[in-house]
Amino acid sequence: MRTKGFAKHYYFMLAPGFVWLILFSIVPMFGIVIAFQNYNPGQGVFGSEFIGLETFKYMFTLNDTMNVFYNTIFIAIMKIIGNLIVPLVFALMLNEVRYMGLKRSIQTIVYLPHFLSWVILGGVLLDIFAYQGPVNQMLGAFGVDPVLFFGRADLFPFLVIGSDIWKEFGFNTIIYLAALTGINPALYEAAGIDGANRLKMLWHVTLPGIRTTAVLLAVLSLGNVLNAGFDQIFNLYNPLVYSTGDIIDTWVYRAGLLNLQYELATAVGLLKSVVGFILISLSYYLAYKFTNYRIF
Amino acid sequence: MLRSKSLSSKVADVVLISILVIVALTCILPLWYTLSLSLSSKTAAAAGAVALWPVDFNFDSYKQLLQDGQFFKSFWISIQRVVLGAGLNFIIVPLMAYPLSKTVKDFKGRNVLMWTLIFTMLFNGGLIPLYLTIKGYGLMNSIWALVLVGGAQTIVFNIILTINFFRNLPKSLEEAALVDGAGPWYILFKLYIPLSIPVLATISLFSIVYHWNEFLYGLIFMTREEFYPLQTYIQQLVVSVDPSTMTEDQYKRMSELSNRTLDAAKIFIAMIPVLLVYPFLQKYFIHGITLGSVKE
Repeated sequence: MRTKGFAKHYYFMLAPGFVWLILFSIVPMFGIVIAFQNYNPGQGVFGSEFIGLETFKYMFTLNDTMNVFYNTIFIAIMKIIGNLIVPLVFALMLNEVRYMGLKRSIQTIVYLPHFLSWVILGGVLLDIFAYQGPVNQMLGAFGVDPVLFFGRADLFPFLVIGSDIWKEFGFNTIIYLAALTGINPALYEAAGIDGANRLKMLWHVTLPGIRTTAVLLAVLSLGNVLNAGFDQIFNLYNPLVYSTGDIIDTWVYRAGLLNLQYELATAVGLLKSVVGFILISLSYYLAYKFTNYRIF
Repeated sequence: MLRSKSLSSKVADVVLISILVIVALTCILPLWYTLSLSLSSKTAAAAGAVALWPVDFNFDSYKQLLQDGQFFKSFWISIQRVVLGAGLNFIIVPLMAYPLSKTVKDFKGRNVLMWTLIFTMLFNGGLIPLYLTIKGYGLMNSIWALVLVGGAQTIVFNIILTINFFRNLPKSLEEAALVDGAGPWYILFKLYIPLSIPVLATISLFSIVYHWNEFLYGLIFMTREEFYPLQTYIQQLVVSVDPSTMTEDQYKRMSELSNRTLDAAKIFIAMIPVLLVYPFLQKYFIHGITLGSVKE
């Protein structure tokens, strides 16, 4: 090949991007040593005293952090389940619609919330579920007393889970719809000739046709078990719902940046990063094992 | 799909379409409600009289919004951030994707570099180390903190998408160029980039939406409101109350006291840029959601 000596040029092409990533992704990683230090902002990372695993031991004695871990995993797992099932059902229903114009209009509408930020949608949801908002008006028509939705710790996790599914289900149908278009139409014809009705076709043709996709999505979502959604919860929560709604990321934000407990916040953040990294690597490995999926 | 004309099938269709339409409406009505609220009078909003249509239709909120200098300052900061962020993304991504799309045979260092890149995507040091690093760089209150930190966290995903696209371009194109004596820069800029408009449009749209929607870095890296990007500014509209002493009554009063019609107007205006690029998003994002692919 005539590509001898190209490597030098390749390194030139890569250099600016790598400098960027080193400065803004890799250098910050070294800050994790704070978790093992008695960090003194005046002396910085290099001058602070090393205390080993003290902070981690302390972390596990705090009820606060244990509660936050629980909330995170509960909300994240419920979201994962909902975000796998709801889009699947919606895609299957949409797949049965034969009016192309209607199908496309519905798709256009349900994709939209995915692209709006949680700042915006948080504001919208707080309005909708406000004490005198439309949801309470509707409930009032049925004689239900107004509920202070986002002030109730017992309701908060479910509002978070539900609104996340609401925001993302449309977008998540795309992958299923792509898989559905990949099913060979001849299979439906053959089933029709054999006398299968729509339900039978759904069961014997459609579902087997998207099984690989569903398994793949389920495996990949393993990487999200510690991601309960910082942006969403940060824009919806308030002190009344900390007991059930506070998650690792929001807790780290408050402990570190508002209360200046740098070591503790770094330790909790580090624990999350490490476990998250293991989970996501595992999910990629399993996805490759089961479905031959590779990200590059 | 086969067309069956039985009555039960028709009934099923009607039920199916009704459900789909209702679900689609739940995606759009909350946004519509926000618009109605912003066009209603304050008293109507406070009394909870607004439902689907504005009550006492007026533009007072928007007139009031015009007086809010900080809103426009923040809007302008967000525009700058989007232009710089998406611009940088557009330049760096192809420069990195091209060498990394080569096989190890053509580019020896490729795999090590690729895994380094993947590592920066999957692992991070957490919020506190990031905050302290940026502070150490002296980038507090600089728009570059927003552009470079956010960009570094999203660029690897975009690079992988582009690598996958480059790899699917016909090999013979490059070989022909090589025969003609073309160098790597020529191949990248005159051959690959012009052929990669769909994927470059996709990653640019991702970058635009990301930088427009992101609010957390504005909150932690900007110490004064005058430097806030728009989403951070809107996020901060909620009055902060001492968390430890907040009661349910206070929370309720807080949501009643806030100027809901004005807030709704701000939320709606902040939504508009995303709505403007939405048609393009719809056209291109299908490429983007399937990050990886199943390969033989």
